[in-house]
Amino acid sequence: MAIEEQRADRSLVPGIERPAAALEPRPRRIPTLQQILVMALLIVFAVIFTYPMLWLLSASLKPATQVFSASLIPDPIMWSNYPDLLAQARNFPTWFTNSIIVSGLAGITVTLSSAFVAFGFAYFRFPYRNAIFGIVLATMMLPGAVTMIPAFLIWQELGFYNTLTPLWAGNLFASAFYIFMLRQFFLGLPRELFEAARVDGAGYIRMWRSVALPLTIPALVVVFVFELKASWTDLVKPLIFLRDVDLFTLPRGLLSIVASAAITGEGHFELLMAAAVITTLPMVILFFLAQRYFVEGIATTGSKG
Amino acid sequence: MTAAKGTTTGRQRWWSSPAMRREMRWGLVFLLPWIIGFVVFTAGPMIWSLVISMTDYDPLRGNVNFVGTANYERMLADPTARRALNNTLFFTMLNVPGTVIVGLFLALLLNRVGGRAAGLFRTVFYLPNVTPAVAIGVLFLLVLHGQGLLNTLLRAVGVANPPFWLTDPNWVMPAIIIMALWTTGASVIILFAAIRNVPLDMYEAARIDGANGWQQFKSITVPFISGPLFFVIVVNIIASLQIFTEVWAMFQGRPSAGPSAQRASLMYVPYLFQRAFQDFQLGYASALAWGLFVVVLGITLVQLWLSKRWVYYEDK
Repeated sequence: MAIEEQRADRSLVPGIERPAAALEPRPRRIPTLQQILVMALLIVFAVIFTYPMLWLLSASLKPATQVFSASLIPDPIMWSNYPDLLAQARNFPTWFTNSIIVSGLAGITVTLSSAFVAFGFAYFRFPYRNAIFGIVLATMMLPGAVTMIPAFLIWQELGFYNTLTPLWAGNLFASAFYIFMLRQFFLGLPRELFEAARVDGAGYIRMWRSVALPLTIPALVVVFVFELKASWTDLVKPLIFLRDVDLFTLPRGLLSIVASAAITGEGHFELLMAAAVITTLPMVILFFLAQRYFVEGIATTGSKG
Repeated sequence: MTAAKGTTTGRQRWWSSPAMRREMRWGLVFLLPWIIGFVVFTAGPMIWSLVISMTDYDPLRGNVNFVGTANYERMLADPTARRALNNTLFFTMLNVPGTVIVGLFLALLLNRVGGRAAGLFRTVFYLPNVTPAVAIGVLFLLVLHGQGLLNTLLRAVGVANPPFWLTDPNWVMPAIIIMALWTTGASVIILFAAIRNVPLDMYEAARIDGANGWQQFKSITVPFISGPLFFVIVVNIIASLQIFTEVWAMFQGRPSAGPSAQRASLMYVPYLFQRAFQDFQLGYASALAWGLFVVVLGITLVQLWLSKRWVYYEDK
């Protein structure tokens, strides 16, 4: 996309520093009444955004008959909903393990492969480099549906249908969005660093591994947590590639619970909500641990995109 | 602005020296993972998909015959495909402006408070975005249920008979839009970061000239954030046109949703998915995929063209 290319070349400063600096408080000059109004509006929206999530957590601990009550405090607190869920959906622990394996592998592979390719675009000079980079950017706009059916046939042909492999192995080949992002960070590194390493006799691979990677760790963490989240929340690939219940990831398993008459059909919404809580909680924890990286990664996306 | 690294300036055939050829070879080595992935998982599949779309390929029945443009003709005449497309366009036309307006509004509010409070609210606004899409679908099954949170609220403010969001065919589309608007957090973060980069002295100058709040917003804020704003619009359009997981979890993937709600909520990618992976009409589904490609490409190109009239880049 021409626009993206144009903007990409504009700022060479590692973007992660910018949003952080932008958070410094500005001098206050707003009349107090207006300030109160702004604060009140923000609190209203904060409630709109958080209440459903807290309500979900609360519903998962309510007795079946009270699931729809608007109150946030379950009375009595039904801790037993969780063991009940595990008793009904026996594969739940397996789904959890599968999700961890898949999203962990997806995160690691895409971070390393994208950093590898991004370094290629940032450091080396070769003909048609910008044109090739344009193709990389263009692939971001391609609707997933176009390649979905052939991808299904390819993995099936390779014998990986109904295995966890197609859920992460595509990440070995880097991903356009992350290449774009990491290239920005590599371009921000002073070239003299690499020349110095070369004088010391380092090969290009070692230059990548011992100079480029250690200096861009925050950016690598951004890519890793983004992909961890993307992979953990993905439903499409598990839906296409997995048949055996034992291989399901959490979103696929959650869908099977939604679809099963045994749980929702009898009005056991509280168990369904417990399943949704278990699926969501690891992402909320990840977000609070890596909040800085999430926020700065997204902010960078917009200013560079 | 830092000067570009001077890589291609004015040197022709600089790669003719042995050292440069070595660098070129290594550049290729570093690009290799992407090149393989591009050939095997993007370019190859695109060509293959085009070929399949001109066949009646059905792995269950085992037939593969060349049918020319029959799948495309069928697509144009298929009332379900038409309805799915209309639903998707309707959703996109309401969701994208809604997301942008809410996102911009919240970003402006955040800008008013600044400091730690802004950081805290920003975190809260983003929280729904880390929720897995299936879980969002499940959560909104409960929120939008006849007895759910939204209707409890509506009754409390005096709406005697709030709609059955999940079962009444007239209300499933509004229900989906409400759900989608809940995840505006990413747009808020991008727009907030952009607004913080607007130079303060611009406002100062405008105030001296007597510009009011709206004039400042229109003539300073919007032009300055037009790049990120355009990005948010385009990304949201592309994502909205491909909505799948949330609606699948609430309707098409949930038998108890019932056929009329499933029909009324049918979007384009879920329909494509049904044809491809439930009926295994891979030929027809591939044609549907290219139909989507044309729609996405067309709308994006129109946006790019329109952007020349309102998006402002500092370098120009």
